[in-house]
Amino acid sequence: MTTITTQTITFNVFRFNAETDYLPHYKTIEMEVTSEEVVLDILNRIKWDVDGSFSYRRSCRHGICGACAIKVNGKGVLACKERMNDLIELFGTELTLEPLSIKRAVKDMIIDKEDFWKKHEQVKPYLIDEIDEHPESENLVTPKEEAQLLEADYCIQCGLCHYSCPSLENNESYIGPAAFAAAYRFNADVRDKATLDRLDIVNAPDQGVWDCVKCFECQEVCPKEVNPIEKITKLHNQVFENGVAINNVATRHAVGFAHSIKKHGLLDEAELVRYSEGTVPMLMKHGKVGFKMFKVGKVVMPWNMPKSDKLDEVKALIKSSSTVKF
Amino acid sequence: MEKKLTYALFTGCTAKESTPEQLMSTYAVAEKLGIELVELSEATCCGASHLQDYDDFLSLVLNARNICYAESRGMTMVTICNTCQLNTAMTKHRLDNDPELKARVNEKLAEVGLEYKGTSEITHFLYAIIDDFGLETLKEKVVTPLSQFNIAPFYGCHNIRPSELQNETHGKAENPYNPNSLDDLIVTLGGVNVDYEEKNKCCGFHAELQAPKTAALLTGKALMGAMDANADWMVTPCPLCHLKLDTQYEHAGHAVGRDVKMPVLHMQQMVGLALGCTPSELGLKHHVSKVNFV
Repeated sequence: MTTITTQTITFNVFRFNAETDYLPHYKTIEMEVTSEEVVLDILNRIKWDVDGSFSYRRSCRHGICGACAIKVNGKGVLACKERMNDLIELFGTELTLEPLSIKRAVKDMIIDKEDFWKKHEQVKPYLIDEIDEHPESENLVTPKEEAQLLEADYCIQCGLCHYSCPSLENNESYIGPAAFAAAYRFNADVRDKATLDRLDIVNAPDQGVWDCVKCFECQEVCPKEVNPIEKITKLHNQVFENGVAINNVATRHAVGFAHSIKKHGLLDEAELVRYSEGTVPMLMKHGKVGFKMFKVGKVVMPWNMPKSDKLDEVKALIKSSSTVKF
Repeated sequence: MEKKLTYALFTGCTAKESTPEQLMSTYAVAEKLGIELVELSEATCCGASHLQDYDDFLSLVLNARNICYAESRGMTMVTICNTCQLNTAMTKHRLDNDPELKARVNEKLAEVGLEYKGTSEITHFLYAIIDDFGLETLKEKVVTPLSQFNIAPFYGCHNIRPSELQNETHGKAENPYNPNSLDDLIVTLGGVNVDYEEKNKCCGFHAELQAPKTAALLTGKALMGAMDANADWMVTPCPLCHLKLDTQYEHAGHAVGRDVKMPVLHMQQMVGLALGCTPSELGLKHHVSKVNFV
């Protein structure tokens, strides 16, 4: 039999009402928390026992609707799924409860998710095909074909990855991990016929997959193991596999690795920048920093470029294992 | 008698090019601690997650080949770059958990007489020091405690996320939302670890060319966070984070509207300072943001 334990926790609760407040404030609430509780229990108790005006979203209480997503000490959580004991073990007995995005807060934990839904819509997250209105048989999908979705369809659109993504936080044009996972889900569906349309969208500079900083926050925070960064990588791959890569800094940066490894085994860092940017833009953009690096011995001259041993072996493998061309 | 620690060193590319001081300080620290490092001279670039965007299968083959050479030496592979660590560990995870993929990769490796078996572990030098050498033993070796310094740890994404993979690799991953390895290391060396929001955030390195504005903002916020926490300097186990924070302070400063220049040391340099290595052994002159306190 499990023993129920109790601890006193100090909660710093984000409070803000867009209709009446100019700035948010934090209310400190001390509460006895039992080892059986999840975050949603605390939100309920704040509203029911402390302040009836406290606002948050909740619905299914089973981790499938995504409504109750908030942040605790900066960690995105589904309130109905996240155990208080785990958070206390992680952060101690002082916990800050905040909405997923402070700048989009409407009232306390409730945010305006309009940007999330617009971006979701942007990637055409639905099956596109010429549908026979009078089919003579079922449209069968094999288990192997279904497996290609790689759990992308498990997304509950809670927004945890979207509002944890540092690319999105710093560039509002960026489409973001949740919408990219949705784009992948339909591109991976054998019945869908709009792969190239979606790749046009996710391939575009500034908004597309090339602006991913590869921090793995989206994989870490996802409560349903959708693993959005895996889908972002797959979309990168689809861009090349479908021959729709635009010849620009981003694509050349990826391709440059293959060239460099083939030539040296190791990456020729300076040459990668030149290959990606072009000589003149490289000098204009990075000349000053490059000179500073050169002065302190951080630049290897081409004639001193180190090489991997057994380079012939590397070249042979690149020749036989390459799967795409650019 | 203590068992001598021996690793197959995967240097990665950056330590051989734009952060020579990282390789120097790695060897200096290893010597002080009696750790033997056998360099994997055959190893190639890990692809840094960008080759993976272009040609995933090719990146798997090349990373598997790197691991093969650690296996052939019968050693654990040690990395000194968070991104090398992640890409190599991800390759190992995928091959060890997908027999069909492993067979496809081995079919290619067989063409050059190699076979990936999955017998070598992969760890970062930070965790080799903490988990294998041990912080208590390290503490006994400190000759110059860093007690006069407030030090800001900067973890770098690829050592802490995805935690499932890190857990598999290190056995006991630190929590990505509240990591502690660097903090513990700083305290062990006698320094004062400062806490700040950005310590487990992204430096923006991987988007430097493609999304320079985003990258500069991330770098600027990280440097600013450390400064506002009253840090004398920052320390990181990742040479890519180091490069971004050490050399890009001007762009980053413009992005956040502040002068954010400050010394950024490699984890190995910090350990070396406490162990009594000389500045030249640690390559302290190879910094753009001058290391002006020694």
